[in-house]
Amino acid sequence: MPTLFLFGASEGGLFDFDATLPLMAVQVVLLTFILNALFFKPVGRVVEERENYVNTSRAEAKKKIAEVEGLETELKAQLKEARLEAQKVILEAEQDSENLYKEALALATSEANASREKARREIDTQRDDALNQLKSEADNLGDLIVERLLAKK
Amino acid sequence: MGSLPFVFPFAELEVGQHLYWQIGNFRIHGQVFMTSWLLIGALLALVVIGTKKMERDPKGVQNLLEFLWDYIRDLARTQIGEKVYRDWMPFIGTLFLFIFVSNWGGALVPWKLIELPSGELGAPTADINTTVALALLVSLSYFYAGLSNKGLRYFEYYVHPTPIMLPFKIVEDFTKPLSLSFRLFGNILADELVVAVLVFLVPLVLPVPVMFLGLFTSAIQALIFATLAAYYIGEAVEEHH
Repeated sequence: MPTLFLFGASEGGLFDFDATLPLMAVQVVLLTFILNALFFKPVGRVVEERENYVNTSRAEAKKKIAEVEGLETELKAQLKEARLEAQKVILEAEQDSENLYKEALALATSEANASREKARREIDTQRDDALNQLKSEADNLGDLIVERLLAKK
Repeated sequence: MGSLPFVFPFAELEVGQHLYWQIGNFRIHGQVFMTSWLLIGALLALVVIGTKKMERDPKGVQNLLEFLWDYIRDLARTQIGEKVYRDWMPFIGTLFLFIFVSNWGGALVPWKLIELPSGELGAPTADINTTVALALLVSLSYFYAGLSNKGLRYFEYYVHPTPIMLPFKIVEDFTKPLSLSFRLFGNILADELVVAVLVFLVPLVLPVPVMFLGLFTSAIQALIFATLAAYYIGEAVEEHH
């Protein structure tokens, strides 16, 4: 097959330059503009829009996470405060009830003492009265006996 | 080759023969344009289908297109740099997609089923005109990128870091398109030739791994071309300090 490589033959050949070259160049330039309009611009727009969307979504999510974390710490602080306050309230209530109990106890004790004292005093006066009465009656009786005895004589 | 007594319908190969179309005084290679139009049509159809109803949650073809877009963006961004890669992404992407579609289309589509009066249908990138056109576009674009970004200071690049570099840099401006075009052309043509010759010699089984290798090289060549184009543009817009 010596005719396989027809270098520089008058008709045809591997290195047969002609108007194909500039026409092909024009065609490729045209294809560049067509593909730019049909492919690179629209696809680029979609891809970049998506990239922006992903980026903004991520940034937003990060912002939200930070917000949530801030709220969480705030809530924790509030919770701690509330717990402390509750403890304080409980302590106060305990103290109050103890005070009340003590007061009530003291009151009751003093009242009991007072009523006991009063009762004793009453008993004393009554006993004294009774004694006095007995005494006077005895005196009367004595006097009567003495009178009778004297009268008989 | 066609004169051999036993020829398989898919194994014929006509190198250096073209289907000429006459336009005015100019002649063009018809088979190159026919395949390139079909493949560009398929590419555009895919793009149109994929971008018809785009959503934030991609479905079906949109996924593929977004993957390609992302791939091309990464390629352009790493080679050209953050500042101007947006301006050049469509060009780099078009080079990549056009070369990729041409290479794979040339390898995967059974063009042999279509008879032409002369020449044969195949990868548009297996024609030197196509690859030189692409390479010259790359040259033009890196000059344009350098001049539009840095003005006349672009030519500082030629004496950077020392004026001794000047002749080498000037030679580079010629070797860049030359190597770009011949690398692509040679790889794709060689791939087609190897497969054709193997099919001609051993029609069964043996050519299959070579065909897969061909698909691999085709993809790699598209990537190399696009990457180098982006690298040249990046080199031109780079700021020297």
